[in-house]
Amino acid sequence: MTAFLSIRNLSISLQNGERILRSVNMDLARGDVRGLVGESGAGKSMIGKAILGILPRALKIDEGEILFQGKNLLNLNPRELRKEIGANAALIPQDPLTALNPSHRIGRQITNRLIDILGWSKSDAVKRTYDLLDEVRIPDPKRVINSFPHELSGGMRQRILIASAFAAEPKLIIADEPTTALDVTVQKQIVSLIGEMQSRHGTTLLFVTHDLGVVSKVCQSLSVLFLGKVIEDTSVSLFFDNPSHPYSRALLTATPKYTDPNSDLIPVSEKILNSVKEEVLRLDREWSNGR
Amino acid sequence: MPILKRLFIRILSIAVTLIGVSIIVFVVIRVVPGNPISMMLPPGATDDDILRLKILYGFDKSIIEQFFIWISGVLSGDFGTSISLRQPVLSLVLGRLPATLELSLLALLIACILGGTLSLLGTRLRETKIEGIIDGINGMAMSIPDFLWGLIFILLFGVMWPIFHISGRISPFLDIDYSTQFYLVESIVRFDLKVFADLLAHMLMPAVALSIPLAAIISQLLKQSLKETMHLDYVTLSRTKGYSENHVILREALPNAVLPTMTLVGVQFTFLIGGTVIIERLFSYEGLGNMAIDAVINRDLPLIQGIVILFALIFTLVNLLVDLTYTLLNPKLRNG
Ligand SMILES: Nc1ncnc2c1ncn2[C@@H]1O[C@H](COP(=O)(O)OP(=O)(O)OP(=O)(O)O)[C@@H](O)[C@H]1O
Ligand SMILES: [Mg+2]
Repeated sequence: MTAFLSIRNLSISLQNGERILRSVNMDLARGDVRGLVGESGAGKSMIGKAILGILPRALKIDEGEILFQGKNLLNLNPRELRKEIGANAALIPQDPLTALNPSHRIGRQITNRLIDILGWSKSDAVKRTYDLLDEVRIPDPKRVINSFPHELSGGMRQRILIASAFAAEPKLIIADEPTTALDVTVQKQIVSLIGEMQSRHGTTLLFVTHDLGVVSKVCQSLSVLFLGKVIEDTSVSLFFDNPSHPYSRALLTATPKYTDPNSDLIPVSEKILNSVKEEVLRLDREWSNGR
Repeated sequence: MPILKRLFIRILSIAVTLIGVSIIVFVVIRVVPGNPISMMLPPGATDDDILRLKILYGFDKSIIEQFFIWISGVLSGDFGTSISLRQPVLSLVLGRLPATLELSLLALLIACILGGTLSLLGTRLRETKIEGIIDGINGMAMSIPDFLWGLIFILLFGVMWPIFHISGRISPFLDIDYSTQFYLVESIVRFDLKVFADLLAHMLMPAVALSIPLAAIISQLLKQSLKETMHLDYVTLSRTKGYSENHVILREALPNAVLPTMTLVGVQFTFLIGGTVIIERLFSYEGLGNMAIDAVINRDLPLIQGIVILFALIFTLVNLLVDLTYTLLNPKLRNG
């Protein structure tokens, strides 16, 4: 059986040949919540962008496939891809302060996909917006709908973006570090809100984060990315009990407990980092020899 | 409330600017060599004749006295009498104003259309060869001044292929009987196609010549601004919603990219208005600029003063207008 979303052997590099993703494999079953962790620059966002068809122009796909409901997204032309993604997937972005258009009112930014892309009537879209704002617990929805983004707080804006992501009942949502830009106090609320919305709607969710505490809270499975390579692909319970890769083990001890954000960060040791780097470089040589 | 306060401050600063300009112009044109009286009289006029004329026009008094006589006239709406044309300055200047306004606004419109189209095209085709070509055209357009474009057009479309009229504002045989001096606007309102076409055949070359450098600036600024905007998260997010590249550029990026461009375009537009002086001369277009050059040649001091004040007023009003539009269009300022 093919998975709902299946990334096969995906390699992406810059024009100058520098590799960004290294033969990435990843499977998500329908309704699965998968965490995607790794340090900054590991390529987490690039995986999400590749799925959604919004890779920066400087990057090229060397090989691989992204099977979404059995269809390889990389074989679609831009128009077909837009249609597929617009109707079936959504993104919860990292920075709610920059992800809303400052010139447009909030209401329009939630309804536009429903009306322009999916052909809903305006009244249906507006009604849906009220329901969604209620779901993400935004008080005074009427005022919010008529507001401009700068009139709302960061937490409010992220709630709007969550509502907007769930608006068209997409089958897949990619949340790219949806709480990093927020206050610590707001972070927890947003994480549980996303978890709650996911289980209510049964959406398949790829949750990018570097917070293992978040993973333990909302995810069932987990991929650990290092230098664009998946070095651990396992279920969350197995990972926390018995991580197989030395880097994962180091990551676990390095992560402050979710309940105690003030505990000291123990950095991953140089030795482990170097050994993983060597491993990756060796694989790179094999990869380029094979081509 | 903040908008009103802003407006008040701006109007105050306009008044200060105008007073400053009046003083400077008044003094400068009296200090430079050449005097209006000797221009008026035939050679061989006696000292007596000269003195009588000086007294008639008040040039026998000190500069300070002259200034206060003039400014008190201005404040009561009397800008004096033109020495060379022997008519009230105010009615002369207001009679020419519509011609210059129509020419500059037409040029601005053309500049926005040309510049806007080029920048959108450049953004749509960014990182392709065509973007490079567009940048090249831009650079060339910017480095050739408006009057040179005027000369080129006269040679090409006035002499080699005489498509357009090379001088005047309207063909004399048309002998129109309009109620305002805004011929172009009035011909549109009256749906008078014959006059409209004739006006355009006169105005198009000078207007395009004026517009090209501004179009290039608009195109460059707007493209730069669009380019930066296209990288922002809300643009990316709208892509994931299924919107096409064209929609993303026009509806998501453009409204935000236009704002920062606008203030600069406002400043550049005042340069364009300044450019009308030479362009109007080149095309013998009966506007303020052309009149200004005649006034300077004739040392017609009251007329020069009147024209300069009017130009200064237009410049400051344009800046005020840009500022207000910016405030109105920017949601952050509008509500803040
Ligand atoms: N537009 C771009 N052009 C070239 N390289 C890029 C571009 N965007 C990202 N990269 C590179 O791709 C790599 C992966 O970036 P990515 O944004 O996926 O990291 P990330 O894991 O999401 O990190 P973070 O936690 O900081 O968001 C990085 O090394 C980065 O330098
Ligand atoms: Mg990222």
